[in-house]
Amino acid sequence: MIPQPFRIRQFRQETHDTFTLELEPANGAAPAAFQPGQFNMVYVFGVGEVPISISSNPASPRLFMHTTREVGTVTKAMRRLKKGDIVGVRGPFGTPWPVEDSAGSDIVIVAGGIGLAPLRPALYALINNRDRYGRIVLLYGTRSPNDILYQKELKQWRAEFDLEVYVTVDRAIGSWRGNVGVVTQLIPKAPFDPLSSVAFVCGPEVMMRFTVQELQRRGVAEDKIYLSMERNMKCATGFCGHCQYGPTFVCKNGPVFRFDRIADIFGKREI
Amino acid sequence: MENMSEILAGEPFLQNMPRQHVETLAGCAQNVVFQPGQFIFREGQPANEFFLIRHGRVAVEIYAPARGAIVIETLGPGDVLGWSWMVAPYQWRFDARATELVRAVALDGQCLRGKCETNHELGYELLRRLSSVVAQRLQATRLQLLDLYGAAK
Repeated sequence: MIPQPFRIRQFRQETHDTFTLELEPANGAAPAAFQPGQFNMVYVFGVGEVPISISSNPASPRLFMHTTREVGTVTKAMRRLKKGDIVGVRGPFGTPWPVEDSAGSDIVIVAGGIGLAPLRPALYALINNRDRYGRIVLLYGTRSPNDILYQKELKQWRAEFDLEVYVTVDRAIGSWRGNVGVVTQLIPKAPFDPLSSVAFVCGPEVMMRFTVQELQRRGVAEDKIYLSMERNMKCATGFCGHCQYGPTFVCKNGPVFRFDRIADIFGKREI
Repeated sequence: MENMSEILAGEPFLQNMPRQHVETLAGCAQNVVFQPGQFIFREGQPANEFFLIRHGRVAVEIYAPARGAIVIETLGPGDVLGWSWMVAPYQWRFDARATELVRAVALDGQCLRGKCETNHELGYELLRRLSSVVAQRLQATRLQLLDLYGAAK
């Protein structure tokens, strides 16, 4: 549980308030293998530690990629780091997206805002084994055209013949010719078979609540919907209790939960 | 070639609507085409029809000085465009512009209002369906207003 030193191999500003760090082990050792949906605790020395989901391709195990928003003390300090700087990394932690177990199904990925980051490895894993799945549909909603993450990858994925990618923004002016509206509005018309689909959902919790409703209205079963939950994670091993979510800990039993297992506490304001 | 009743019966908005009502609606309907960039209606104009989009995409927008056209939502095949024809004073509240070639069925609002006044079953059926569309759009608008994807404050 001691943070291992990782060197920043690349820093990339994604949008005006989000950035990506590519990290490689500073001691030359291979980083631990990870599964899509898992997270690391990333430590800015002298400032603090934050959980950030891993967003790299799981088939490229030589590095960790972390995309985050500049929002608190630690991520603001992280934003000021440069290529070659060292950070501490503990992990990977948490439960993954059920990529392997979903073989044979249509896959519907619904992402909101920076929620695309934890889903990116899942998309790579699906694409890496494309023949094992039915239709793969990505529905991505964000605030404005300037807030779209991973634009290069989205364009590549959109160009694939066997991948359906739909992007929508909440507001747009000027030259935007794409969809405008919330991401939940894409669900009723998205091309997937609800009776044989598995849904991976990540985004702000309110967005996930309405997404679950739309998926259920479309006919996707409760036990085929997976959500990535977010709480205040500190120890990442289920000891400290900061991320308690009903009878579970998000760091240990999550962050990816099957919806039917949290349906009775999901959206409750007391929890 | 499909007749108008068959076209309407295949539209999601009118799914499972009793046949006699569809026949009545067909009497108030016509196929329309809009070129990319063409306005379908403009804010302030009389709202005398509504549209069932069959092909293409429509931007519902409002013009703000110094900011230009702000797109509020986009609609596509299977969507209903416009409900101001049903609500006095029957004026469009926004602009609607085809962003690509749009094929749609236009239903004459004045004709329909008259038929709904005399045929309350048809009126109820139409209002029930339109209310559902309005409720979905209201919910979507509320979510947009929440600015969910911004950083938590």
